[in-house]
Amino acid sequence: MVDKELLRVEQLKLYFRTTQGVVQAVDGVDFNLDYNRAVVIVGESGCGKTSLARAILRLLPRNVDTYSGHIYLDGNDVMAYDDEEFRQNVRWIKMSLVPQAAMNALNPVMRVGDQVAEPAMIHLGVKADEAMSMARKMFQNVGVAADFLFRYPFELSGGMRQRAALAMALVTSPILIVLDEPTSALDLLTQANIMNVLKRIKHEFETSYILITHDVATSSELADEVAVMYAGQIVEVGDTPRFFPNPLHPYSKKLMNSVPRLHGDKEPEFIIGQPPSLISPPTGCRFAARCPSRFEKCDEDPPTFTLDGRKVKCWLYA
Amino acid sequence: MTEGNQIITQDVNVLNEPGKNGALMSIKDLKVYFELRRFGFGHAGYVRAVDDVTFDVKHGEAIAVVGESGCGKSSLMKTILGLYRPTEGKVVFEGKDLGKMDARVIKWYRTQVGYVQQDPYGALPPFMNVQKILSEPLIIGGVRDKVQRDERINKVMTDVKMTPVSDFINKFPHMLSGGQQQRMVIARAMIMEPKFLVADEPVSMLDASVRVEILKLLRNLQERYHFSVIYITHDLSTVRYFSERVFVMYAGKIIEKARIADLLRNPLHPYADALLAATSEPDAKNATTYKDVPPGEPPSLVNPPSGCRFHPRCPKIIKGLCEVQEPPDFNPEPEHTVLCWLYK
Repeated sequence: MVDKELLRVEQLKLYFRTTQGVVQAVDGVDFNLDYNRAVVIVGESGCGKTSLARAILRLLPRNVDTYSGHIYLDGNDVMAYDDEEFRQNVRWIKMSLVPQAAMNALNPVMRVGDQVAEPAMIHLGVKADEAMSMARKMFQNVGVAADFLFRYPFELSGGMRQRAALAMALVTSPILIVLDEPTSALDLLTQANIMNVLKRIKHEFETSYILITHDVATSSELADEVAVMYAGQIVEVGDTPRFFPNPLHPYSKKLMNSVPRLHGDKEPEFIIGQPPSLISPPTGCRFAARCPSRFEKCDEDPPTFTLDGRKVKCWLYA
Repeated sequence: MTEGNQIITQDVNVLNEPGKNGALMSIKDLKVYFELRRFGFGHAGYVRAVDDVTFDVKHGEAIAVVGESGCGKSSLMKTILGLYRPTEGKVVFEGKDLGKMDARVIKWYRTQVGYVQQDPYGALPPFMNVQKILSEPLIIGGVRDKVQRDERINKVMTDVKMTPVSDFINKFPHMLSGGQQQRMVIARAMIMEPKFLVADEPVSMLDASVRVEILKLLRNLQERYHFSVIYITHDLSTVRYFSERVFVMYAGKIIEKARIADLLRNPLHPYADALLAATSEPDAKNATTYKDVPPGEPPSLVNPPSGCRFHPRCPKIIKGLCEVQEPPDFNPEPEHTVLCWLYK
């Protein structure tokens, strides 16, 4: 199944209405993902990472202004589905979500096992006791003892709650899991543990991941590809062996230089300035105002250039 | 081991002896226990949040305390800030015992220590503007003259690089970005010109690109004004840009004390080793290997394991010793102490 395209996102847009104007949270995003691969979407807070996750899973708030583009999953354009079709055929069947701060996303008054079993009952239509045995199996897969099925979320530690949320996303055996900051609130060792679990699941079940995070260092534990997001747009996509040592876009370079390292003498740098407002983003390149290598061309919106299979949205590579 | 080793080892002794070597604060055999009660009055044991912690903070030194949540680092910090009373042991600041301070001395003490909170938005009162937030500590600290107060506010705002000051002075916290809010918290902590700053995960809520900026700012301020800092964190990768010494805490105890370069080069305690191994660096090879993580979770502090508290998870356990006897401080390298039987 390797090298077969699983997901292709084309010109995806998600705008929100607010009292100040229309926020262009996701503005023309393109990327694709093959079977059993993991793409990590990195960017600063407010760059539209979470909105992108919500747009892919069509979990939209009420103030949506524009929602357009194409999402091909397994060759089918799921954007053409109506909401009920999408719910029945895609969400949790084909792809599921581990939400941000998943450990606090559990229902406090429901036993963990019931919560994990619920998606199986709703989306796969299995009986309660069968769903429960599926939940039990998933608990084993993510490394939580089965007797925790009958406990309430407050009785579990943060790491275990995170694993339970992961089990909930896995219980229907989707082919794609969207992970929104899966480890950001966890301790170091727990974080490493969860990453191990995710890796093992990717290996055993041939799952694909979209990992959304601002933590570049931890994301490297899972990622095959990196997509860098800035001000609602993806500015660079590349495979990790080439991206980590040598990012192309000036923003990616700055971002990689801001990562503190355990070893080596390189001092981390920071990016001067603020990301632009998404209500009235600049017409040209959105990073131009903070870019050290800007030139006249940057007043125009750069197209995406392809360099040896890497994509970068910057005039430097024209 | 070598001669050079012995010479410096003497220094370590001086270092470990409270009150010497120009210590600003010395903490000796500190225990902070919280009593658990059954039905509101029956005694049900203690949470041993901090258990036998001894160290010195020198003038102008930055120390990082690293540990997972629930290891007692916050309790240690709050005791240092004078918010918790020590159950046993001493916290001595400039020769005065914190446990014996009366209300007046405590008030003075609080002008001497600054506190940088973890979540800047939660730490700033939403209904006060910048001017008010920064004036209040001054008013409480006894700076009655309005002109003098404004001068100091101006100075501290310039120090944290929130300039031009007039752009910010009337803003409320929600109008500031995360990085600016954290600068405000630092400005507030600094306005009384403290000799000592306690920073509790000052950058964990911030964006990666802003983190480095804030850490560098703190470091510059520290070098300029020569105050001491305790930097509490769980992120080992930021520690080396900020502090000289690092303490690793596990289950209420400081299990390893070292200069930061020594710890990164040669972690002695198996737990410190595991922490370092679990810290990721951006490298594509990471995706192909599994991390070696010790099993289990940190123990309950009500009934900590006998002997070494790490022994149930330790890959290098010495049977018959580690689970029976508590390890004392060993000193296998100069200025590097470890609480582990492997180094006896």
